[in-house]
Amino acid sequence: MLTPPRVLPAGDRALVVEYGATIDAHVNARVRGLAATLDATALPGIIETVPTYRSLMVHYDPLRLAVSDLERILLAADAGLVDKAVPERRTVEMPVVYGGEFGPDLADVAAHHGLSEDDVVAIHAASDYLIFMMGFMPGFPYLGGLSPRIATPRLSTPRTVVPAGSVGIAGQQTGIYPTDSPGGWRLIGRTPVRLFDTERTPPVLFEAGDYLRFIPVSARESAGIARRVASGAFAPVIRVERTQPS
Amino acid sequence: MTWIDVLDGGMLTTVQDLGRVGAQKYGVPESGAMDGLALRAANRLVGNPDNAACLEMTLTGPELRFGGPVVIAMTGADLGALVNGRPVARWQAVSAAADTVLTFAGVRDGMRAYLAVNGGIDVPLVLGSRSTFTRSALGGFEGRMIRAGDRMPVGVAPGPPWGSGRLLPRRAVPVYGHVHSLRVVMGPQDDAFTDEGIRTFLAETYTLSTQSDRIGCRFSGPRIAHRAGADIVSDGTTLGSVQVTGDGLPIVLMADRGTTGGYTKIATVTSVDASRLAQAMPGDRITFVRIGLDEAHALLGRAHAWLEEIRQPGAGGEDPAAIYDEDSGAALAAEGYLGLASALEGRQAPSSGPTTDLIAFDGTQAHDDEHDER
Repeated sequence: MLTPPRVLPAGDRALVVEYGATIDAHVNARVRGLAATLDATALPGIIETVPTYRSLMVHYDPLRLAVSDLERILLAADAGLVDKAVPERRTVEMPVVYGGEFGPDLADVAAHHGLSEDDVVAIHAASDYLIFMMGFMPGFPYLGGLSPRIATPRLSTPRTVVPAGSVGIAGQQTGIYPTDSPGGWRLIGRTPVRLFDTERTPPVLFEAGDYLRFIPVSARESAGIARRVASGAFAPVIRVERTQPS
Repeated sequence: MTWIDVLDGGMLTTVQDLGRVGAQKYGVPESGAMDGLALRAANRLVGNPDNAACLEMTLTGPELRFGGPVVIAMTGADLGALVNGRPVARWQAVSAAADTVLTFAGVRDGMRAYLAVNGGIDVPLVLGSRSTFTRSALGGFEGRMIRAGDRMPVGVAPGPPWGSGRLLPRRAVPVYGHVHSLRVVMGPQDDAFTDEGIRTFLAETYTLSTQSDRIGCRFSGPRIAHRAGADIVSDGTTLGSVQVTGDGLPIVLMADRGTTGGYTKIATVTSVDASRLAQAMPGDRITFVRIGLDEAHALLGRAHAWLEEIRQPGAGGEDPAAIYDEDSGAALAAEGYLGLASALEGRQAPSSGPTTDLIAFDGTQAHDDEHDER
């Protein structure tokens, strides 16, 4: 039996449904399960839901939906999550050119751990990374599952511009910059895929709960993908598996 | 269809509506007007839906020329608006002929003014909103603040405009000033602070810092003590979240905030008072006052009742002096004043209704009684 979540006010127009304080794939699945249930219900008065590592923020209109009713709905929806079928597992493949001008910190990351650059690439590209949540900037995925063998501290002085598509490491985290931005992550590669595009519906290629797999490609292959991205002909490879209930 | 030509963009003028809904789960900030109540009021004055796109004009307004005849209204801060060089009433619908030039003499009260035009600013919808998020060059007019040379399209008006004159009675017009008490609902992470830390937050006065923008309002003042550190596992943010970082100082997250954050949030400013904070200037003094969630919801209800006070002139019992600004009455009487004649049309004698200069949404007894009469 799972403990019920805490429901906390975040001002007069949002509630937080909080499942403890840890980063954990099962906790995160429950957060996303609740979000999916609420989104499917499309209850008038619920404006939008924002899933994060271990809590769901529910934005609501208190002039249309009383907070006491909303709280009851949230707890009932949570209770209904138990024994629900586990959804499919989606893994989105992200082609990445590692090293060189695309990953200027790859050598430093390798040196930091006494590994070769090829070792770092092999380790980074060997895991499926769970997207726990999106935030920080439009289209930015918070990924779990980086091997401690290549975890590396941030740069002491952040770069003023990190190009869109850059794949980086910051401590125990790895991620992709969806747009040009300042940033202090160690850059090990770059994807030619456009992660965030307001012309698309949805504007992102993956969502919280999906997995990311980095696929090493050559600069030449990357240039080919970039051309297809530019002409709108590119769609990422997405593997879908039915998962076993845990 | 008409347009607005930008002769000068001012300090920071952007297209905003009530914000971008539904994309926060993709990391896209809500954006939208910093003072959502003033934007709603501006839209209602010109007969737009509440969510129509307006210009948010910061501190030093822009210089604009209207391409064709329009009905406009300005709400929020008093930036000293001039129409063809003459002072013009705020919180009132005003007709402007083609080639009318709108300029601003300088700020007199508040920080952000809103210009609504009948039909709305007709920039493309991006993820369901016309709001500008400059950081990602998203939405609004080409994703950026407006500047000289821009020509902004104005939408076709949804119905027959009521013309000029529709107004918010003077006694209901907010006066912002430089001392603000912001009502907050505690949490979601108030348990991360010591009792002393909570006392500091609620008892001390904070000064709004110049390091404030559409993302957040920063403050200087006494440090707020955490129990065991300022970091949490990142979770969602909302308009008004009071984040306290490792240095112990509060930051109130505003319209362009990141959708998620990794710092403890001691409280959340009520949405009504977040609008008020949007009108505070750097150097203003702020106190945080704790209220219950029920009280916060009642406050929001009263703010929406306040919007209902917008009416045709003569429909209520307002003081006739209310239609123009006390500082510029003489100028308003001069020829060329837009909308005065129509504003006076059909006006009734002032009733014995309350005429106290209440600051809007204070929730004072007098204000409550007034609404109870309806």
